[in-house]
Amino acid sequence: MPLVLEKRAERSTRMALLSPVIAIALTLITGAVLFAIRGIEPLHGLYVYFVEPLTQMWSVEQLIVKATPLVLIGVGLAVCYTANVWNIGAEGQFTMGAILGGMIPVLFPAWQSPLTLITMLLFGILGGMAWAAIPALLKTRFNANEILTSLMLVYVAQLLLDWLVRGPWRDPQGFNFPKTITFDGWQLLPMLSGSIHLGVLFALAAALVLAFVMARMLKGFEIRVSGNAPRAGRFAGFSRPRTIMFCFLLSGGLAGLAGITEVASVVAQLQPQISPGYGFTAIIVAFLGRLNPIGAIFAGLMLALSYLGGEAAQVTLGLSDRIAKVFQGILLFYILACDTLILYRFRWLKTQVSAAVQPAE
Amino acid sequence: MDATTAVFLTIVTAATPLLLAALGELVTERSGVLNLGVEGMMVMGAVAGFGAGFLSGNPYIGIFAAILAGMAMALLFGLLTLTLVTNQVATGLSLTLLGLGLSGLLGESFVGEPGVRLPKWLGIDILIPVSFILVAAVSYVLFRTKIGLVIRAVGDSHASAHALGYRVTLVRYACVLFGGACSGLAGGYLSLAYTPQWVENMTAGRGWIALALVVFSSWLPWRLVVGAYLFGAISILAYTVQTFALGIPSQLLLSLPYIATILALVLISASRRLTRSNAPACLGQPFVPDR
Repeated sequence: MPLVLEKRAERSTRMALLSPVIAIALTLITGAVLFAIRGIEPLHGLYVYFVEPLTQMWSVEQLIVKATPLVLIGVGLAVCYTANVWNIGAEGQFTMGAILGGMIPVLFPAWQSPLTLITMLLFGILGGMAWAAIPALLKTRFNANEILTSLMLVYVAQLLLDWLVRGPWRDPQGFNFPKTITFDGWQLLPMLSGSIHLGVLFALAAALVLAFVMARMLKGFEIRVSGNAPRAGRFAGFSRPRTIMFCFLLSGGLAGLAGITEVASVVAQLQPQISPGYGFTAIIVAFLGRLNPIGAIFAGLMLALSYLGGEAAQVTLGLSDRIAKVFQGILLFYILACDTLILYRFRWLKTQVSAAVQPAE
Repeated sequence: MDATTAVFLTIVTAATPLLLAALGELVTERSGVLNLGVEGMMVMGAVAGFGAGFLSGNPYIGIFAAILAGMAMALLFGLLTLTLVTNQVATGLSLTLLGLGLSGLLGESFVGEPGVRLPKWLGIDILIPVSFILVAAVSYVLFRTKIGLVIRAVGDSHASAHALGYRVTLVRYACVLFGGACSGLAGGYLSLAYTPQWVENMTAGRGWIALALVVFSSWLPWRLVVGAYLFGAISILAYTVQTFALGIPSQLLLSLPYIATILALVLISASRRLTRSNAPACLGQPFVPDR
């Protein structure tokens, strides 16, 4: 093998910032090839998918609305993954946040006061935290793999929501459709401008606070050490179980907040489908954003664009909107591949003999 | 055929895809690679199997395509984790996300189409005896042959295996590809025998359950059979109870396999003896040879 990987002496900061740019460029090239295969003029396809949604006011608003849950979940996951804690059940925590928060308007439909909304949001956060606490406890108490348990709980949460909206919480005046009553008044988030709701401020606040915590506070240091050098962390007296619990409660709470934010605005009711997979897409947000809360804002907008572009491709190009998921998956692959260059570089290996003869560098 | 046999046969059909996928992942993990993309490889196997079977009219071509699709996905995973030494957890996740997205796109025109079905031999699906033969073969190769010894050595201490002159990366590629082939086969079984049709996300978390089964089996092939049949029984129980209409919500019954997976993981993981003794020591760790 002439071309080999060689470990860099230190992490390349330049590559860490360049890698997502290269990954996005490679995704665009792949997209162009895919469009060409489907007989669509590649540049026209890329324009419709990635540029046109940014040219109109209403679609820019949509972009921000869709980025809101992605950023909220993504910043929490970024902290988790930094600590080497693998919460991949954010979709389930999102669903539980929506269920617990949505319980308030369903059970007390007549309660209309600012307190209604505040209670809903708090219950949403609690729902997400409670659901996330399960895999965290099972990990710290029984050493059960958190990847598998958190993922299994996604299915359980979705089935619970399905049962609620088809059974006890179904709208009696809803013509037997599987949905609850429609929320209104103080059961919905106030609008800021156009279709942008208050939730966008939650996302920005979460990102800024977490960026400060991770960069400037002891807790952030503890999380980074726990992920990068667990042994050093133990010697420093940082408790690994506490870090695991903290990360799960944080990311679960944010996912729960995203869940209640989404049903108290865009969806405006509970129904079997409340998310186009935001909890899973947020995993890509976390990685594309360099596991950095501020980076997650840009990454969230990028992935929101992939959803919008999918819709545009369906309307204008006659493609399936499922192409969005494909682009998202390809993007994550490219990011991970490009990230190799942060820690390693490629080097041409000369033939074994000459390499052995040469003196050590 | 009396009722007991019928119930037993349905349990077997529900257990077989889990067994096949878990067996492939077991070999992959024994070589020290954690591939969380089982669900993605499986669902690609399902769509490729259905598509090739539907278009050619031949279910055997379908099964062959399913295996190839699983291997293609595994090759992608190998290129990233083995050649580019990316994080295995993240890469496995992205393999699942890509597989679910791509299969949905590719399978769009197959939704609602009648599929072809693998013919039964002596009243059972051919893949059921195949799954047992595979378990026996894997068990034999892993523990009774030199190849197996090398695989386990690579999984337990890649540095030592490398120092002894074994091609760590090559062995891992082979094991990852075997895992992909098994996952693809499991997916093909779903769309060509279990329910001969294509439904988006039709694997419904079975790939993840298969991953849990590997932990449950504490990396021993024969224990996979116990685990897979236990889970097959639980999911069939859910459907059987549903037909008696006891007023139990169907969603609760449908969530039983997932809850059971969590319970099984907790019970097994709590015992250090079971998990620590067989878990490959280098599981999930990247390998770059020193030069």
